Amino acid sequence: MTEIGLGHYLTLGAVIFSIGIIGIFLNRKNIIVILMSIELILLAVNINLVAFSIYLGDLAGQVFTLFILTVAAAEAAIGLAIIVVYFRNSGTIRVEEIDKLKG
Amino acid sequence: MIAHAIFFYTFSLIAVVSAIMVTASKNTVHSVFFLILDFISISCLFIMIGAEFLGMIMLIVYVGAVAVLFLFVVMMLNVAQQKNQWFAGKQSSKHIPVGLIISTLIFVEVIIVIGGWKYKPEIFDINNSLASKSVSNTHSLGQVLYTDYIHVFQISGMILLVAMVGAIVLTFRQRSGVKKQSYIKQISRERAEGVEVLEVQSNKGVKIDD
Repeated sequence: MTEIGLGHYLTLGAVIFSIGIIGIFLNRKNIIVILMSIELILLAVNINLVAFSIYLGDLAGQVFTLFILTVAAAEAAIGLAIIVVYFRNSGTIRVEEIDKLKG
Repeated sequence: MIAHAIFFYTFSLIAVVSAIMVTASKNTVHSVFFLILDFISISCLFIMIGAEFLGMIMLIVYVGAVAVLFLFVVMMLNVAQQKNQWFAGKQSSKHIPVGLIISTLIFVEVIIVIGGWKYKPEIFDINNSLASKSVSNTHSLGQVLYTDYIHVFQISGMILLVAMVGAIVLTFRQRSGVKKQSYIKQISRERAEGVEVLEVQSNKGVKIDD
């Protein structure tokens, strides 16, 4: 219990990943919270990569964590820009009222 | 080792609770604040297990840029006052069981994979780049990043460039009815359209705009 191994970090990553997926599915508010849940999922993936990298002694995991960080920042910027444009055009970003595509 | 365990459980408890609060809190501004808390505690974990550079980069990129961008957009769009219950949407009742089932299934699958995972050192052909403890984490990461991964590094720079251009193009708009300087119009003025030479007769004056 006091010996913290790789499994502890992987479990933490799994818990945060699941919380992110729950946040995507159960969200009834605005779409920004969905973007934040996607950030949580990417964070969980980063935890897994860094934990494997440390415990296996290979540096490639940390390098790829850097790239995931880059992609997450780009995705947040593009997503928020799309949200701003949508709010400007339709006046709402509530998930229930975004039904223009009739999906 | 006991201190490691104490710090791990503290930070991971904070991370999990704040991740739950990100999805469950009613106010979107509170969600962003809990997201920042989550990032900070996870970067503390990173620093604790020896990935100092990534922990610091995480603080700078996520807390300093991404979360502040979220906060900026939330405050600009004025959606903080949307007091909507988490489970109280009109059509939301049919999504909740499906979402819970799917996320529970994913969690159980990942836990099964973690529990059945055994580390066999002879399987992985890894270069033990972390084995030499003489150089720091940042130093070794830089040695790898700019040599072996230089193409991926440059491609990530291109991704950032494309994201920047895309965000600017998406949010750029030209409003009508706004008085603005147009440099090209100012520069391309000719003498013929700007100045008119009139013959002024004495005691008549000049009539303009007729």
